[in-house]
Amino acid sequence: MDLHHFSLRQLREGLHNKNFSARELTETLLQRIHTLNPQLNAFITVAEATALASAAEADARLAKGESGPLLGLPMAHKDIFCTADLPTTCASKMLENFVAPYSATVVERLAAAGMVMLGKLNMDEFAMGSSNETSYFGPVHNPWNVDMVPGGSSGGSAAAVAAGLVPVATGTDTGGSIRQPAALCGITGIKPTYGRVSRFGMIAFASSLDQGGPMARSAEDCALLLDAMAAHDPRDSTSHPAAASDFLRGLDRPLQGLRVGVPEEFFGEGLDPEVAAAVQAGIDQLAKLGASVQSIRLPNNPHAVSTYYVLAPAEASSNLSRFDGVRYTHRSHAVENLDDLYRKSRYEGFGAEVRRRILVGAYVLSAGYYDAYYLKAQQVRSLIREDFRRAFAEVDVIVGPTTPGPAFGLGAKNADPVSMYLADIYTIAVNLAGIPALSMPCGFTRSGLPIGMQLMGDYFADDLLLNVAHRYQQETDWHLARPNLQTGEA
Amino acid sequence: MAFDQDAVRRTAHLARIALPQEEVPAVAGQLEKIMALVEELRAIPTEGVIPMAHPLDLEQALRPDLVANQDARQRLMANAPAAEHGLFLVPKVIE
Amino acid sequence: MDWEVVIGLEVHAQLNTATKIFCGCSTAFGAEPNSHTCPVCLAMPGALPVLNAAAVDKAIALGLAIGAQLNRKSIFARKNYFYPDLPKGYQISQYELPVVGRGQLTVQMGDGIEKVIGVTRAHLEEDAGKSLHEAFVGQSGIDLNRAGTPLLEIVSEPDMRSSAEAVAYLKKLHALVRYLEICDGNMQEGSFRCDANVSLRRPGAPFGTRAEIKNLNSFRFLEKAIEYEILRQKDILESGGSIVQETRLYDANRDETRSMRSKEEANDYRYFPDPDLLPLVLDEARIEKVRQGLPELPDAKRERFMQQYQLSAYDAGVLTAGRDLADYYEVVADGVEGKLAANWVMGDLLGALNKAGVEIQDCPVPAEKLRLLVQRIEDKTISGKIAKDIFEEIFHQGGEVDAIIDSRGLRQITDVAAIAAMVDAIIAANPQQVAGFRAGKDKLLGFFVGQVMKASQGKANPDQVNALLLERLQKAD
Repeated sequence: MDLHHFSLRQLREGLHNKNFSARELTETLLQRIHTLNPQLNAFITVAEATALASAAEADARLAKGESGPLLGLPMAHKDIFCTADLPTTCASKMLENFVAPYSATVVERLAAAGMVMLGKLNMDEFAMGSSNETSYFGPVHNPWNVDMVPGGSSGGSAAAVAAGLVPVATGTDTGGSIRQPAALCGITGIKPTYGRVSRFGMIAFASSLDQGGPMARSAEDCALLLDAMAAHDPRDSTSHPAAASDFLRGLDRPLQGLRVGVPEEFFGEGLDPEVAAAVQAGIDQLAKLGASVQSIRLPNNPHAVSTYYVLAPAEASSNLSRFDGVRYTHRSHAVENLDDLYRKSRYEGFGAEVRRRILVGAYVLSAGYYDAYYLKAQQVRSLIREDFRRAFAEVDVIVGPTTPGPAFGLGAKNADPVSMYLADIYTIAVNLAGIPALSMPCGFTRSGLPIGMQLMGDYFADDLLLNVAHRYQQETDWHLARPNLQTGEA
Repeated sequence: MAFDQDAVRRTAHLARIALPQEEVPAVAGQLEKIMALVEELRAIPTEGVIPMAHPLDLEQALRPDLVANQDARQRLMANAPAAEHGLFLVPKVIE
Repeated sequence: MDWEVVIGLEVHAQLNTATKIFCGCSTAFGAEPNSHTCPVCLAMPGALPVLNAAAVDKAIALGLAIGAQLNRKSIFARKNYFYPDLPKGYQISQYELPVVGRGQLTVQMGDGIEKVIGVTRAHLEEDAGKSLHEAFVGQSGIDLNRAGTPLLEIVSEPDMRSSAEAVAYLKKLHALVRYLEICDGNMQEGSFRCDANVSLRRPGAPFGTRAEIKNLNSFRFLEKAIEYEILRQKDILESGGSIVQETRLYDANRDETRSMRSKEEANDYRYFPDPDLLPLVLDEARIEKVRQGLPELPDAKRERFMQQYQLSAYDAGVLTAGRDLADYYEVVADGVEGKLAANWVMGDLLGALNKAGVEIQDCPVPAEKLRLLVQRIEDKTISGKIAKDIFEEIFHQGGEVDAIIDSRGLRQITDVAAIAAMVDAIIAANPQQVAGFRAGKDKLLGFFVGQVMKASQGKANPDQVNALLLERLQKAD
């Protein structure tokens, strides 16, 4: 039984038919994590004891006849979600020893649904990065080729799901951090509409852009997880009153009459031809399923990266001020006065990329530059949203590549931060607008690396994106391909 | 505009990051590149465009004025690098 | 040529909500350090602010009371700086769009002149925690119980031209927040704090460079700090120097202001809209509900007191300066003559409170008791003089008005025959003075009245004594 390849639906059936217990399922996956994590470095913390305890609890509930859709099913959290009584590091030395006295709303919700959390997943430090190489706990390796990056910042989540360490995981997406690693690891991930998933207890990078979401091996599993994650949360002022929805009901709707828009700006210079071809084939597949395809324009999309690299660092520079060495973070030992306490603790606690973004953020907000950079970027953000508004008057879904190229080699883009930033060129505009977008596998390069196709929808069209992806996955098997990992087992 | 070494030092002070002098030139070079990336914004015509602070066109929700939290000091201060008598300790604050 | 002083005040009023502005922690003063904290006010990772409705309503109340424009949409912004008592590394405040816009406050100066002081704005923000320096060597202890307590910062126009005007404005604002019950006004505990911007200029010239004086936690300190600052700036300007724009701290022990250069160093607060909070939108229903709940405000109450109790503008002004005093007066005046009640409250009562250093809300004589005492004067049970003695006794030792009157036999003598007997006895005993009076020395009447009152131990009704004396003395024998 290859439990590690099962979908949530298959696992649930297995539990209900008593083919295996939640405890056996948990033990199987913990064993697989022990075997494979040394190659992948996807987990920062493996929560063996608490996982086994929740599995036992789930078995007891199952025995009593309870039948929640996620009861007893395993998962893992990106280490950006606070978990009471377990370390939450955000992949930073700053929080190396931090144990939150509370759980994120998302963590509480999935625990209440009876899910068994196996541990905390590696990521780029404070979610700043596109390759998972900025983690204080070392880079994550791509399961399809361990010399390649898994993408970031939710690289641990993507690698763990792709490698079958967990069927599903949580991620967060500020500029592509769910979709880009999903594309590079050949899995499905959705960044929901801003306001769907509570940000309470999710360590903030850029508050107006951050959104948590599910990562899984199919759109259906994403829908199942998002169903439990999305809800209005009175503890988060930016949580939408209509955040909850039924993401499963419409999954099977036929795509007849679906209007698909293909933005010219997504197929210009810089796009890898293999990626372009695979995405084009994916679009053709949607047409075969009954969609009408038309070309559209998103004229301000080319400004998304520059807009993002003003706004996101600005918010981050302020959000990360609380990591100051006073109450719960790393504190430098070489402290002689208060100024030292701040400056040295923050220099030592933050990695180079985080420090860089803090500096950029502090700079664009500082006296004399606010109007030229911050305010200007907010205006361009309006223009980018307007582009989408106009487009969604004409089409239901916008389709394009998730990334300009497949997974790149570890260390390949470290010398120049800007070249790394361009890895998110197609994903960033979505966060600026706040609309939902999904990435799913649509092919492989000749060298065997997965390629992702991105679906973008209007506000609260998350269910439509899941529906399109699910129908696509009913007709294709890209999402069923599995990396060939050396487990040392028979 | 140039993100020179002075600007790096000034900004590092604002952000309270003790950047060692030997790192300043390299950081200045990287920040200069990032600022060159965002420089293109300046040329975009945005007259009359309302700045967008937030994706949601919603209003702030209000919370009823009811005490909801019990004393959890011990738990909340468990991560403190230095604490005594229920206080967080820092090097002397000079007023 | 003279200097004109220009003063603007920034007042931080702690709003007396039950919980903090962005979390459900209690705001009660004096708890164990850090026992009123939670992940939100300790700025733990992932914790988010949610706005307290009561803080918003209290800001609206202030806005309505000063006739201010209420901004239907206001924005919370982050003011970024590092300080150990500021856990997030930024203070959530309002910057470009405050909840309360332009309004005004009319102050009555001692000379009967009214002056209108403009209020530029009032905005909601959170208070910081406290750094404690005493208990530790080389270290400070941080208590974040106060962090997140709601503040309303009320900023005046630079409309005041003397320390007296500044004090009058601050007192009026202080009375107002207490009337509105939005702030306990306790200046010692820091619930009502004031910073003063002071500058000098030649009359008609543009504003001069200002100094901001912090830490003014009493009306007297405000006055003294401004007076000191005027002299300091005058000295500098007249010796050809120029004023440095800076923050200065008032040191009450030395009665001087001194520069806070340490805090000055190039503050760049990098304000930007807080992305964790959405625009605060005030709808008409919310404003109307607050309006319905507003108490009668000082100016309206003063007008009413003049009408209803036939008081002078001055008396009405004194009695309505504080809501507690006004309420006290109205209980006393309910059923007795207004002016008499005012004399008692403003004279004997305030005198005794002042001497004892007690606030009106802690007055040992309940208003109902003082009213009964005044009634006993009006119904001629006791004289005013006896009443003063009884008041003193009740103020210091307690007791009931009628019980004291009865047990000590203080009841006024109104029996004509008894008074007549005393009058006759006094006339008989003082033939010389009788002759003098009859020879035209009218002033001797006072001597006779005094003698009769003395003989009656103060209990004879003075009106009757007067009348009888005149009758007997003028009757030529």
